Amino acid sequence: MGRTHVDAVIVGAGWAGSIMAKELTEAGLSVIMLERGPERMTPVEGAYPESIDELRGAVRKRLFQNLSQSTVTIRNTMDQTALPYRQLAAFLPGEGVGGAGLHWSGVHFRVAPEDLRLRSSVIERYGEKFIPEGMNLQDYGVTYAELEPFFDKAEKVFGTSGEAYKVQGKIVGNGNVFSPDRSDNFPLQAMKDTFSASIFRDAAKNAGYHPYALPAANASRQYTNIYGCQMGPCNFCGYCSGYDCYLYSKASPNVNILPALRQDPGFTLIPNAHVLRVDLDSTKTKATGVTYLDTETREETSLSADLVILGAFQFNNVHLMLVSGIGKPYDPVSNTGTVGRNFVYQTITSSRVWLPSSTYTNQFVGAGGAGVAIDDFNSMNFDHGPLGFVGGSPVWVNQAGVKPIAAAIGAGGGGTPRWGSAYKNALINTYKHSLGIDAHGSNMAYRDVYLDLDPTWKDVYGQPLLRMTFTWKDNDIRMNQYVVSRIEPIARAMGATKMNLVHLNAGQPFDTRNYQTTHLGGGAIMGDNPQTSALNRYLQSWDVSNVFVIGSNAFPQGMGYNPTGMVAALAYWAAHHIRTTYLKSPGPLVKA
Amino acid sequence: MEPTLNRPLRRSFVKGLLGTTSFWMASGNASWTAALAAEAAHPYQPIFFDAMEYRFVEAASERLFPADNNGPGAKALGVAEFIDRQMQTPYARGENWYMSGPFQQGPANLGYQLPFVPRDLYRKGIAGVEHYTRQHYGKGFADLPPAQQDEILTALEGGSVQLGEVPGRVFFEQLRTNTLEGAFADPLYGGNRGLGGWIMLGFPGARADFMDWVNQEGAPYPLAPVSISGETA
Repeated sequence: MGRTHVDAVIVGAGWAGSIMAKELTEAGLSVIMLERGPERMTPVEGAYPESIDELRGAVRKRLFQNLSQSTVTIRNTMDQTALPYRQLAAFLPGEGVGGAGLHWSGVHFRVAPEDLRLRSSVIERYGEKFIPEGMNLQDYGVTYAELEPFFDKAEKVFGTSGEAYKVQGKIVGNGNVFSPDRSDNFPLQAMKDTFSASIFRDAAKNAGYHPYALPAANASRQYTNIYGCQMGPCNFCGYCSGYDCYLYSKASPNVNILPALRQDPGFTLIPNAHVLRVDLDSTKTKATGVTYLDTETREETSLSADLVILGAFQFNNVHLMLVSGIGKPYDPVSNTGTVGRNFVYQTITSSRVWLPSSTYTNQFVGAGGAGVAIDDFNSMNFDHGPLGFVGGSPVWVNQAGVKPIAAAIGAGGGGTPRWGSAYKNALINTYKHSLGIDAHGSNMAYRDVYLDLDPTWKDVYGQPLLRMTFTWKDNDIRMNQYVVSRIEPIARAMGATKMNLVHLNAGQPFDTRNYQTTHLGGGAIMGDNPQTSALNRYLQSWDVSNVFVIGSNAFPQGMGYNPTGMVAALAYWAAHHIRTTYLKSPGPLVKA
Repeated sequence: MEPTLNRPLRRSFVKGLLGTTSFWMASGNASWTAALAAEAAHPYQPIFFDAMEYRFVEAASERLFPADNNGPGAKALGVAEFIDRQMQTPYARGENWYMSGPFQQGPANLGYQLPFVPRDLYRKGIAGVEHYTRQHYGKGFADLPPAQQDEILTALEGGSVQLGEVPGRVFFEQLRTNTLEGAFADPLYGGNRGLGGWIMLGFPGARADFMDWVNQEGAPYPLAPVSISGETA
């Protein structure tokens, strides 16, 4: 029996995969989308009240990757032995239909235009010598103007709530003054400020900064998107991050795309299908399809396809490229190869502010994407010259709904008791009367921070685990310290009775045991030079032109903003060029 | 049947609680003092822990989260029962952890690298603490006065005690984490009796609808908690 043939096979049923599947079926292609995890239906397992169970949800990690099947190994430096990431902690990739797009919070940014050309921008302002030795600072190879229509489209699919600053060159509202021009307004008005966000807004404004409502893929009103998919208004229940939204208010592939896609006769979704490799022909320049394992029957199946889209989580895309032999693996010693290069993260610390005991912050009230931020210390919005670092951080109050187990486990420490009556008293006081302020910063790429295959540990399918070599570097630690120092006067103006300003310390290594963020990036980046990027500006592999790799793996640097909005825009951007150019004449969209 | 990580099986889980203290609680004890009386009348029979182990978990969790002016402690909240029940779940068997060898130790910041799942950590950890306690204090942990129990827990937390194959600090963190889970998880799982944990924090539980309470200028939320099964305080 011959292999089943489809026009396009897509790996991963998260945002990237679902957007690509929708676009390619609209173009008339037959599409199979493979998802390693189970089917996930919001009406079934997202239903109230079972879905809002903290123990079963965020604590026992219902929607996250099951590490027993596959994980990564991690080390800080190249002279260490990397050890397996055995328990989910620092980052929480998703698993199952919807991917991380089902359990995300919903902060839905565009991009700071200068971040797309960060290398050029830094050199223009401060000269090439400003870039530290060993930092692989690169441009994306695409501009904000080119991506704008696709940011706009993504917002109309996600039902994004926000307040614009400038639309078609005209100032229209109290949005982010640092944000670029938009072709259209947000589809929904901004989410309300929680009490904590409202006092941050006032204090930041009085301090001379420029507060704005976070753009949120949490619906502030009922909404029907361009695919006819419906969202209900968010009620600030606080179960976004780590959960499926029982109100259909948080955008997810499951709610915003798949209901339309599942109706398309050209589309097939196969869950519990773990892709083992992209199959290449003997020249290693053309993919012939993929081979996957049915995780329930343990049967292997090969599919034949003209076009292969990798839309898995960031590091799984890189892993698939490495085990399949797509492109040249990065070697930090010779500084050659591209797959695994520019592995990046984000530099995030959360500080805490206590208010008087007569003031209740009701931290359980919240929405994952809602809040108030300032961009005064993000991207190129401030003078880095005297500060001597590259990058920056938005600062915000994003009260996403603090649950009691998470609050209890995290409380204490830093010289205060972690158990006993004194702990209990402090926990209650902190839960009732405090709020968090985050510095949500960028993370630069370095020659000795990268991804490759581990020499020792394997997944249950017998394939080598991906190995991360990652630690904090001086540039990013100093950026974080500077931005956190700017929080102090704002917190004081908010009426803080006490504050705990948290920042990274010089020489502090990356710690895998504490949650930081799931915003991993890079490893298969886009760019204009096949010597320093695995993908061209259309996210097409330079080496295997019928493979496109969609995700935050394409980011040359970790940006201060949350990545999902950028991933969605890049997916629509790549899909547009596949539909308008590639399908007419398959081959490289950019000459190497 | 037991709840799995992928599927809610609340109906069968609740059925499994018939006749147990948790079911009794779900059917309407108003306060944690009533719950305590109920517990005394029909004590929970542990499944995973033996009697000595269970006494240890009860005693140690109460020191970690003691009854005080703020409200009930671990014992009144049913934390030991919660932990015993958790030992029957995939979590306790490490089914979500990468447990393939080789097991090589490294710097602490690279994370947990022991070949033990939570069930092992409790078996080995409790035996280790009891051994340590008898050696240094001449009695079992549960029979010591609170001040000495606190000394032992402080030593475990500080990392100066090795419990056979398990570092004392690892066992301490496992116990602390599960104790706090038991104090604050939905009562469905046997802890947080009478919603006592949530009442202390002012957490409204499964209400999950705050459309009119997004910003009330710092006033406390007015409604008492409700559990997933509909229990109210």
